Amino acid sequence: MFRTLVKKRDFYAGGLMTLLGAAVTLDSMTYTLGTLTHMGPGMFPLMLGITLTFVGVLILGTAVVTPLGEDESILPKDREWYAWGCILAGPIAFIILGEFFGLVPATFACVFIPALGDRTATLKSSAILAAGVTFFGVLLFSYVLKIPFPMFKWGL
Amino acid sequence: MFETALQDLWYGFGVALEPHNVMWCFIGVFVGNMVGVLPGMGPLATISILLPLTFGIKPVGAILMLAGVFYGSQYGGAICSILLNLPCHPPHAVTCLDGFPLTKKGRGGAALGITVISSFVGASWGITEMIFLAPILVIVALKFGPAEICSLMLLGLLAGSTLARGSPLKGVAMTVCGLLIGIVGSDIETGTPRFTFGIPNLFDGVEIVALALGLFGIAEFMKSVNQLSEVDTKYTNVKFKDLRPTRDEFRRSIPAMFRGTLIGSLCALIPGTGPTIASFISYATEKKISKTPELFGTGMIEGVACPEASTHSSVQGDFIPTMSLGIPGDAVMALILGALMIQGIVPGPQLISEHPDIFWGLIASFWIGNIILVILNVPMIGLWVKLLTIPYKYLYPSAMFFVAIGVYSTNNDMFQVGEVIVIGVVGYLLLLLDFHPAPILLGFVLGPRFEENFRRAMLISRGDILVFIKHPISAVFIGLCVLLIVMQVYVRLRAPKSLPTEMALPTDHHAKVPEAAE
Repeated sequence: MFRTLVKKRDFYAGGLMTLLGAAVTLDSMTYTLGTLTHMGPGMFPLMLGITLTFVGVLILGTAVVTPLGEDESILPKDREWYAWGCILAGPIAFIILGEFFGLVPATFACVFIPALGDRTATLKSSAILAAGVTFFGVLLFSYVLKIPFPMFKWGL
Repeated sequence: MFETALQDLWYGFGVALEPHNVMWCFIGVFVGNMVGVLPGMGPLATISILLPLTFGIKPVGAILMLAGVFYGSQYGGAICSILLNLPCHPPHAVTCLDGFPLTKKGRGGAALGITVISSFVGASWGITEMIFLAPILVIVALKFGPAEICSLMLLGLLAGSTLARGSPLKGVAMTVCGLLIGIVGSDIETGTPRFTFGIPNLFDGVEIVALALGLFGIAEFMKSVNQLSEVDTKYTNVKFKDLRPTRDEFRRSIPAMFRGTLIGSLCALIPGTGPTIASFISYATEKKISKTPELFGTGMIEGVACPEASTHSSVQGDFIPTMSLGIPGDAVMALILGALMIQGIVPGPQLISEHPDIFWGLIASFWIGNIILVILNVPMIGLWVKLLTIPYKYLYPSAMFFVAIGVYSTNNDMFQVGEVIVIGVVGYLLLLLDFHPAPILLGFVLGPRFEENFRRAMLISRGDILVFIKHPISAVFIGLCVLLIVMQVYVRLRAPKSLPTEMALPTDHHAKVPEAAE
């Protein structure tokens, strides 16, 4: 029975919520609990933590009683590791380039890298898209909305 | 009563017709209509992206625009459903069932025409409902003490998490997670930092923009990337003159339209049952009372008119609890409430008297916006249809830039960009585990006020937890909560797979379609 249980998606969903709830419950004990009349900062999180643990256990319970479904794999059928990586690398590049080189390179990278994640995208099409978005984006944010973010800079 | 409401409405028109407000309203509905048409973009992602841009605008303009995106996207979503058979916007999923067969028969234009008319009828009724119902609700709500507010919030959270899509248990889990994320930051009363992991940037709490963009931006992009196949544009050649329905089609859709409107406005009054559920219920009803139920699914114009009218009447009705009680029914409303709070406006029953310009201006702008939408959709249908062909591979990278710059500009702090990446990854993980992240936002927005009122209620009652049952109004809300839970348990135990939300989703469409979050 345990063998089929660990294949179920709800097993992980419930497990995650139970663990999270337990962690919150334990952590909120470290704050002042206070009394019901004068609640300290720990009381409300403690209540939520217990609720979440309870709900997590209930989800685990449904995982035990429902039969194994057809598609229980957690990862989707097409594993787009490359595309996912590209999407996440975009804002990371935005942070790094934005800190050191300014808005224009940051914007370009933030569009260019995620665009490469599409299977049909080429370097050229991504670069054209990124250049277009950079032009209009910088126009909008630097000139119209005037956010304090230098277009180009060098170093911190 | 009637007269004051009309007077206030007149004042509202004065606010909404100020040139800059008309402009914001126009931008809102235009952008809304556009993202509604685009497969793979939803109103939630769009409102989150636009939210940081509204910090510089006056509160009235900001709210008019964000609200416009929401109801504007409902007009656009129908185009996508009818012409492409793509149910990428949940409320319009049922419209595919009869809308697309009509398109195949060459009557797609007429279906769109009927959609616009029924949308307008539904929306008009929803707005009228709001004009007269909201002030009454406020009179009642102003008498509420902390205990009543607390129980009402509990009811709202419970309804929002269990009546939405997916498993109710998982919805509750997500709501609790949202409440917990709302706790992050300094405690209001004692100043103790909670769940901040010692990071000073988190002392002010998690930014709503980062949360929304992570969950509905990055997580959704990760889910949809490379999953959208090329859309089949074979049937999308619709011109202005095609929109005119025949006399028979028109005659058949009118009663359906009114039934849909009625169902939608009833659904709007139950917190948590947004436009999606309204449209499913109304389609099912229409099929049941029809003389020829077997023809549904082959292109019945009633099957388009009824759900569309109910979607729109429910969309407008959704604003009633949000604006009059400060309790949002779904994630979109939570975002709009969040936008109000960013502008320094406290949501709740005092909103109408303290900020009449926002409340009545918003209502008046609904009319204006809906009229603009009809004008936009009828003669310019060709433009929207062209938009259908914009591929997703250009959309999401551009949106990524708006995500990054949007969260950055909330505090001019790169830390927020990191925050949005983390939230995005966690959000995608939750999606993979079959959680719907929308209730997180609900819990997040209501969390701090919930805690505050809970503490206050406990203080006033001297620590008596039974105060929630001792006050009659509060007891009614708690009773409704219990009823809701019992009902859910009963329905699940009896027939686990027959809930309306999962019932009629068209499964025969050719393309794998990522459903944009509602």
